[in-house]
Amino acid sequence: MTLVVALGCSAALLLLGIASLAMRSFSGRSTLVYAGTFAVSLVSLASSLAQLLFLSGVTPTVTLPVGLPWLGAHFRMDALSSLFLAILSWGGVSTSLFALGYGRHEPEPGRILPFFPLFLTGMSWVILADDAYVFLFAWELMSVTSWALVVSHHREEANLQAGHLYLIMAVFGGFTLLLAFGLLANSAGGYAFSAMRSAAFPSWTAGIVLLLATIGAGSKAGLFPLHVWLPQAHPAAPSHVSALMSGVMTKVAVYGFVRIVFNLLRPHSWESSLLLLFLGGVTAVLGVLYALMQHDLKRLLAYHTVENIGIIFIGLGLALAFATNQIPWAAALSLTASLFHTINHSLFKSLLFLGSGAVLAATGERDMGKMGGLIHRMPGTTVAFLLGSVAISALPPLNGFASEWLTFQAILVSPNLPQWALKFLIVAVGALLALSAALAAACFVKAFGMSFLGRPRSLAAAEARETDPWSLSALFLNALLCLLAGLFPGSVVNALGPVVQELVGQTMPQQSQPFWAPMVPIAQNRSSYDAFFLFILIVLTGLAVTGLVRWIGFRPIRRSAAWDCGYPDPSPSTQYTTASFAQPIRRVYASSVFGAREVVDMPLPGEERPARITVKIHDPAWQGLYAPIIQIVSFLADRLNPMQFLTIRRYLLLGFLLLVFLLLLLSLWI
Amino acid sequence: MNTFDFDVAHLLSGSLVLASFVLLYQDRVYALLHVFTFHALVLSLSVAWQAFAQGAPHLYITAGVALVFKAILIPVALRRIVVQLRIHQILETVGGIGPTMLAGISLVALSLVVTLRTTPAGDRLSREDLAFALAVILLGMLMIVTRRNAISQVIGFMSLENGLILAAAGAKGMPLVVEISVAFAVLIAFIVIGIFLFRIRERFDTVDILVVDQFRGERR
Repeated sequence: MTLVVALGCSAALLLLGIASLAMRSFSGRSTLVYAGTFAVSLVSLASSLAQLLFLSGVTPTVTLPVGLPWLGAHFRMDALSSLFLAILSWGGVSTSLFALGYGRHEPEPGRILPFFPLFLTGMSWVILADDAYVFLFAWELMSVTSWALVVSHHREEANLQAGHLYLIMAVFGGFTLLLAFGLLANSAGGYAFSAMRSAAFPSWTAGIVLLLATIGAGSKAGLFPLHVWLPQAHPAAPSHVSALMSGVMTKVAVYGFVRIVFNLLRPHSWESSLLLLFLGGVTAVLGVLYALMQHDLKRLLAYHTVENIGIIFIGLGLALAFATNQIPWAAALSLTASLFHTINHSLFKSLLFLGSGAVLAATGERDMGKMGGLIHRMPGTTVAFLLGSVAISALPPLNGFASEWLTFQAILVSPNLPQWALKFLIVAVGALLALSAALAAACFVKAFGMSFLGRPRSLAAAEARETDPWSLSALFLNALLCLLAGLFPGSVVNALGPVVQELVGQTMPQQSQPFWAPMVPIAQNRSSYDAFFLFILIVLTGLAVTGLVRWIGFRPIRRSAAWDCGYPDPSPSTQYTTASFAQPIRRVYASSVFGAREVVDMPLPGEERPARITVKIHDPAWQGLYAPIIQIVSFLADRLNPMQFLTIRRYLLLGFLLLVFLLLLLSLWI
Repeated sequence: MNTFDFDVAHLLSGSLVLASFVLLYQDRVYALLHVFTFHALVLSLSVAWQAFAQGAPHLYITAGVALVFKAILIPVALRRIVVQLRIHQILETVGGIGPTMLAGISLVALSLVVTLRTTPAGDRLSREDLAFALAVILLGMLMIVTRRNAISQVIGFMSLENGLILAAAGAKGMPLVVEISVAFAVLIAFIVIGIFLFRIRERFDTVDILVVDQFRGERR
């Protein structure tokens, strides 16, 4: 029943996308489409939550007579699918709500409206698919529609380049997934997931499939070194689509990975987890370091997506390491932490991208160096963005802390593992995770401080207006969920129970009711986290300190110019800038990691030009991996260029020679 | 199948390969047309013998189609084209006749090796038939790539199609539909190529591909 409803919702979205084409001349179609996606996503959310929370005992399946004639299209909604469908549907609900207001600023709605519902459809089919054919078809539908949304503002050259890069990476990722499913289906052609689940694969097949799935899903999720497209493509789309891509599509990629590695493929060897842990740790730190260097708010958020994907993959790697060593309770803990962080990241990244969209609509700026002082002009957006920043920086009592704390709990039980390689690596990964959490906090101090505090750095920022009530309600709904998930993590852990049970055969200990009781990951005497108590404490101390300051302070609140080190300069450009904030960290880390170089161009005495500091940063993935590939491809293309200008007879000759060669091969081989 | 049937089938298929060699050797337009007529005639005889030997009367239709279209209509039409276009000069070849013949011989050897090794389970007649058919196909391709003149390329292409029909007739139980469609494909290809010849002639005043390539400004 729930699956039928979910499929009906995806079909309704499909129809909505097509119908939006027919309504070209209708002026209110933007509102109509977003209201439609809002309503349909709400129904889909209800059905997936019902399946996850109340009906996890039964797993509905549906086979439709479309697709490959001998296969049909299989759909299935187990606990894992319903969890990710809930994440997707919530993303659909909040971004549609936001777009009801934000969509009015869109200059060319015809380039977005048909693809937005189709994008949602593609993602929901990926999640519900139960055979490789439907999965890959939906995966490509998701890629193509999101590409169309990335290049919707096609007049900017940078967007087109981002779209081009994205398309190449998407095709590459889809291709590796195709190969992975080819190996999973083996020669018998069992493309249904049920056939793959029951099969046991030889160890080399399992290793190769895991590698291919890491590349294929990792390139969509933004795993290092396949992340290069993500910080370019995600910001290029309109903000509600950016929120959907960063908050939800990367989660669909995580879903694809979890589905293949934890559900279809077994048995694994413990060495596989080394790859995941290493990539996860590197991705987390590089993502956040790069985010710190950004001036563009949306690009900064996109790099944070890379960081959080790294954290999620650390959790998955831990789960794999524990599961292959038959320590299921620890595997359950790691997997719960990872899935919890997936939910959390979806919530706060949607919130932050939507917030950046509200700022973009109000000021027309993405450059944080031209914002500032928005707290007075957009108080609602500021509060929501602050909550999102606190959540993503993993500060208690919000949800980011809960899931990262759980990940650390899993890291702390790693001495139970027998392999020394894993013991050492996991400790190192733990250090990387701690580093990335600290740097993320620094980064969001910068993002929030530069955008919302201080004095306005441009006229647009000075004249900004608070965003519309639709957008605000979307922001606050996400912020509320962040807060709730942070205050009651035990309930979330309980809700994840069926999913984890399904994947590793055990769950975390049942968290005690009532829901404000502390979260206990392993045992009460080992560690526990009482978010609700902490929250009360923070609120009470906050109120007490405020009251104390009010009581001691004897004058009413007085407004005056911000203090600027005693030099009364009226120009707001003398304020702290994003580059100056990031400079110490750039000195410490980025010079070694990114090869960052500062070039100071000082005019000679008597010259009248200004002095300049230029900073150059190189992405190590681009330098080390992509630049050589581009060189090789262009070298080969140059060499093969004459092949385009042969005579017809020579083309025939080439085909003939190939045929003779193959026949020779055949005669020698048999 | 008795020995006599097998021997006759063998003889006819072998003659087809021989005719392909003659095509490969021939460098005059009218002689080429005559040899092609012979090629098609041998094909239709071979298919008719298959029909008789296999007891498959529908193959007589295929034989008839081959006889009417390939041995009569197409050579007559090609002859008309040659006369109208006045292109009955000596045909240029790429690489001398001698190396081409040697290459053809090794192709026949290759097709025999491939077919006999890959089909140990088939019956003798089918295997021999397939081997000869593959040889005819490869020789037809060789002819296409070693000639510069469009007419001889057309003939090479059609001898290749003859090889396909031989293979189709040799395989027992092949439906008639396929053979008719092959015959029609050849006919259509012939018509298209004929029209192309006229258009090329109209535009460049020659059907020598060398001239066409020079017009495209490409190096050889």
